[in-house]
Amino acid sequence: MTNSPELDTTTGRPAADISGAEITLDSVVKRYPGQKVAAVDSLSLTVPAGEIVMFVGPSGCGKTTSLKMINRLIEPTSGTIRIGGDDIRAKSEDELRRGIGYVIQGGSLFPHMTVAKNIAIVPKMLGWPAARIAERVDELLDLVGLDPARYRSRYPRELSGGQQQRVGVARGLAADPPVILMDEPFGAVDPITRQRLQDELLSIQRELRKTIVMVTHDIDEAVKLGDRVLILQEGAQIAQYDTPERILAAPANDFVDDFVGSGSQLKQLTLTRVSDIDLTPRTTCRVGESSATAIARAEQAGDQSLVVLDDRGRPVAWRFLRQVRRHETVQDGDRENMVTLDQRATLNDALDTMLTSSHGGAIVCGDRDQYLGVIDFDSVTEHMRALGREHADGAAPREPA
Amino acid sequence: MTVTNSETAEPAAVPTVRRRRLSWPGGESVTMLLVAPVLVLAVFAGYVWWRQAAHLDATESSILAWSAIRDELLQHIKLTALSSLIVVAIAVPAGVILTRGRARAAAPVVVGIANTGQAAPSIGLLALFFIWMGPGMLPALVGLSLYGLLPVLRNTITGLQGVDQTLVEAGRGMGMSAVATLFRIELRLALPVIMAGVRTALVLVVGTAALATLIGGGGLGDALNSAIALSRPRAMIASAVLIALLALVVEWIGRVLELVFRPKGI
Repeated sequence: MTNSPELDTTTGRPAADISGAEITLDSVVKRYPGQKVAAVDSLSLTVPAGEIVMFVGPSGCGKTTSLKMINRLIEPTSGTIRIGGDDIRAKSEDELRRGIGYVIQGGSLFPHMTVAKNIAIVPKMLGWPAARIAERVDELLDLVGLDPARYRSRYPRELSGGQQQRVGVARGLAADPPVILMDEPFGAVDPITRQRLQDELLSIQRELRKTIVMVTHDIDEAVKLGDRVLILQEGAQIAQYDTPERILAAPANDFVDDFVGSGSQLKQLTLTRVSDIDLTPRTTCRVGESSATAIARAEQAGDQSLVVLDDRGRPVAWRFLRQVRRHETVQDGDRENMVTLDQRATLNDALDTMLTSSHGGAIVCGDRDQYLGVIDFDSVTEHMRALGREHADGAAPREPA
Repeated sequence: MTVTNSETAEPAAVPTVRRRRLSWPGGESVTMLLVAPVLVLAVFAGYVWWRQAAHLDATESSILAWSAIRDELLQHIKLTALSSLIVVAIAVPAGVILTRGRARAAAPVVVGIANTGQAAPSIGLLALFFIWMGPGMLPALVGLSLYGLLPVLRNTITGLQGVDQTLVEAGRGMGMSAVATLFRIELRLALPVIMAGVRTALVLVVGTAALATLIGGGGLGDALNSAIALSRPRAMIASAVLIALLALVVEWIGRVLELVFRPKGI
């Protein structure tokens, strides 16, 4: 990629910020002894630097095998894989893997090591000095939304599933590798946690611009997270490799159409991002501020509630005015259990989150959980109605509603 | 969700953090660990009192002479400790090898052989090595080691097989070498199971070491054997009690080792 001042469409940042490396697969074949059909039959593919590419397909389609060939956990029978132009066989397996982040389902943390030790594994192997490792661990915990002081010396079993998975992501990022491989990382957590983890990953990726290859069986996850989605059929045959928009709008064949599922209105919910919708501003206040002034501000703006931000501008609570009134000053909240939406979250996620909120809306955050605004039912339904009108104008109605 | 909920943007589904105590040792195990030494000390104090107070004939006095008992006790401890070390030195590496690559197929065969070793009567096993190597401590050590091999070997294999393979793959996938993964992940996680095997072996060996006297291997069995040969029931009971006390102490040491070697966090 050249250093032209080309801007990325989602972040508006210069594309030169990309820290990822391009991955190319050239006629890669994996044939297991004793099996007639190749697990991966001549897969050729380019994963552009700094993008998230999702490998998706039915079980047994070879998506995990394809992923594991990139860090040589599985050796290809033939074909070439290059990362940043270099053949992956040029280095020893271990050396190669230390330069590639690897995140798997449930985090797969080592239970006998503390969170900090788990994250420090690769930097330690790379011979980083202890002080730099300690600093990096704290930085990463902060990045994945865990308070370093509180979590660094805990053992994995003292963490919830979502927290373990966050540490797993931090561990994958530890040595700042250009390429990160993720094997169904969010498969083992509940839907709400999964959505939060996905949002966080998008937020982290906006900042880091790594090349991420992720395997999933969930097409919604693929569409939400992927800059590109690779849909695989048996034998890792490419059914379609395209942007989520193109895959939803123009499935290449019946297989893709079936796999993606129908219901174009509903699909729009997965395709539309929260950032596509105008956010409603809500009155905010800081932790420790006088309750009276904050309430006065809210009443003047006609708001029933206040979004409480901490000293770093991250939302910690969303309270009704009568709840704020109970205390002299604005009390701190529980940031880690705050459910917020990333600006890249889908409308699907937004609706899910709103349904569980008594404020009839959801708080939207940008990088590092910075508060951006609130999305509410009205703006979503308005957006959907507008889309519906466009849809009706564009296509002839098939049957009366 | 009701409107009165204070943190409204906080659904119940968010898992709460489990904060369990990890400090070692837990209160419960400390109490458990105190029972055995207290019991042993009490019984031993009773023995000392009886030994001083009872009127023993010359034979009994010589069997239960303090200096003789001390030497036999030291021999017994030496037999137990050395053969246990031999067991660990052989069984743990063997267990590791039998869980790697192609050697995996041989695991059932080797465990089968070790099984036979243990199923054979311990006295027969000692006799076998006596015939082969003559009398002394060495054949006793070899026989005892063979006898204690099985539990450690079996538990090493079971423990290593029980390690979550995704953790091994996670280690390898991050660029840890096979050896590093073995020592830093697999053996560490299998350690509780391996140590349980070591404790079983210790108990087996300390009991069987009482038979070492029959092939000239020494130990507290000497006192018991003399008492039987010379029909001195009181000395028989006394030496049997001493052997039992030593076995209890060794079992206790095994449990302490298990606790000490249990990795934090599991």
